[in-house]
Amino acid sequence: MKKILIILGVLFLFTLSSCSKKELIIVTTTSLDNSGLLEYIIPSFEEEYGIFVKIVALGTGAALEMGEMGEADILLVHAYDSEVEFVNNGYGEKRHNIMYNDFIILGPASLDSDTLEEALALIVTKPLNFYSRGDDSGTNKKELSIWEQYGYDVSTFGDWYHETGQGMGSTLTMTSLSRYYTLSDRGTYLSMKNNLDLVIAYENRNELKNQYGVIKVNPDLHNRNEEYADLFYDWIIRDDVQDLIATYVMYDEQLFYPNAGE
Amino acid sequence: MILESTIKAFELLFSFDKEIYSIIFLSLTISILATTVASFFGTIFGIFISISDYKLKRLTKKIVFTLMGIPPVVLGLIVLLFITGPFDGMNLLFTKSAMFIAQTLLVLPIITGNIIISSEKTQKRVLETATTLGASKFDKIILLIKEIKPFIMMSVILGFSRALSEVGAVMLVGGNIKNDTRVMTTYIALNNSMGEYSVSIAMGMILLFIAFILHTLLAKFRGDFYD
Repeated sequence: MKKILIILGVLFLFTLSSCSKKELIIVTTTSLDNSGLLEYIIPSFEEEYGIFVKIVALGTGAALEMGEMGEADILLVHAYDSEVEFVNNGYGEKRHNIMYNDFIILGPASLDSDTLEEALALIVTKPLNFYSRGDDSGTNKKELSIWEQYGYDVSTFGDWYHETGQGMGSTLTMTSLSRYYTLSDRGTYLSMKNNLDLVIAYENRNELKNQYGVIKVNPDLHNRNEEYADLFYDWIIRDDVQDLIATYVMYDEQLFYPNAGE
Repeated sequence: MILESTIKAFELLFSFDKEIYSIIFLSLTISILATTVASFFGTIFGIFISISDYKLKRLTKKIVFTLMGIPPVVLGLIVLLFITGPFDGMNLLFTKSAMFIAQTLLVLPIITGNIIISSEKTQKRVLETATTLGASKFDKIILLIKEIKPFIMMSVILGFSRALSEVGAVMLVGGNIKNDTRVMTTYIALNNSMGEYSVSIAMGMILLFIAFILHTLLAKFRGDFYD
């Protein structure tokens, strides 16, 4: 009995020991997390400053919500308008561009379209089954804004328009299994390419730009440790780290284009 | 796929990858701790509810039985509300402690409920005899605990299985953070979302294998229960 108690005591201490470390909480999007970029660059930050980075992946909407609740130090998200609004409302102290790539429409076959307008028209008129994220994520916001931009009202769409309510990885897997179409960021697609039976149905970097930003959450909201957040904010827009981002390659393709300097 | 996953499971187990081992270790640690604490309080609550007689007893029992089936994700949500609300200052969100709290609360009603049922079945016979023999109230409770020992054992096994297998609550309050709060079930959920099904199945096999080993160990202590 005594032995069991000792073992339990040790286990308990082990569990609690995680509380006292120097740590930084970054809430990010599922698309960025699934792309593997953070695992590629974050270790060099941890090494440089000796700070343990905790990465939590949620949709951009949920990530901003966590920021408003003061549960995060740094947000890495991709929904420009919402980000600016977040800062203007006093939840974020500052925001900066860090990098971009693009969104692509994926499906079982190419849409053979020259413009985005043509591609969308093809999906609607045929109609082709389409998976929307439907989770208020950055990708979801982008998708909704594209429909709106070309004069479509999503609420009038028929049975062919489905909302998965799941992260980018899950949605891509579902798209591949059911042979539907979906909008995804290129990063997640490339990182999962081997497990997917999908092709790029439409791509155009100018029409479908995917801008990522870093936000330092207002530290007054929650008495968070401001120092680590500042260190990270300055670190990710520093020249050598920006160069490091550019070296992240998958299947011979560069995933992210740093643009903090612009 | 099945063969591939089996091979993958052995690869994972014998890869000596520190990450895999720490995931398995964390899963077991949190589930064991949560089950232990929940068993202690669950047994006390269960026996207390079953032997006392009060006005709202039926209601209490209904609530406990309802909570036995609470979806882990709903419980996680309730814990999330509390640790970001009234207990905000403790910085519990996305920590192992939060996962421990959630699992303890998840297992507590399961153990309490089972103890209530078994104790009510047993107590009439036991307590009548004890009273004729002139036992004190404390003696009676000790006697009752001794009588329902196998059922306590069963509740603990049920509770532990629930804790080890749940994914919704630990995902929500733990955040599935790599090298920190990632456990076997959230690891599986992550790999599912990435379409890495063979890795998922491999980890699932390891989880089942570990559960089997634990039951084998338990059978050594209480062989009668497994006969």
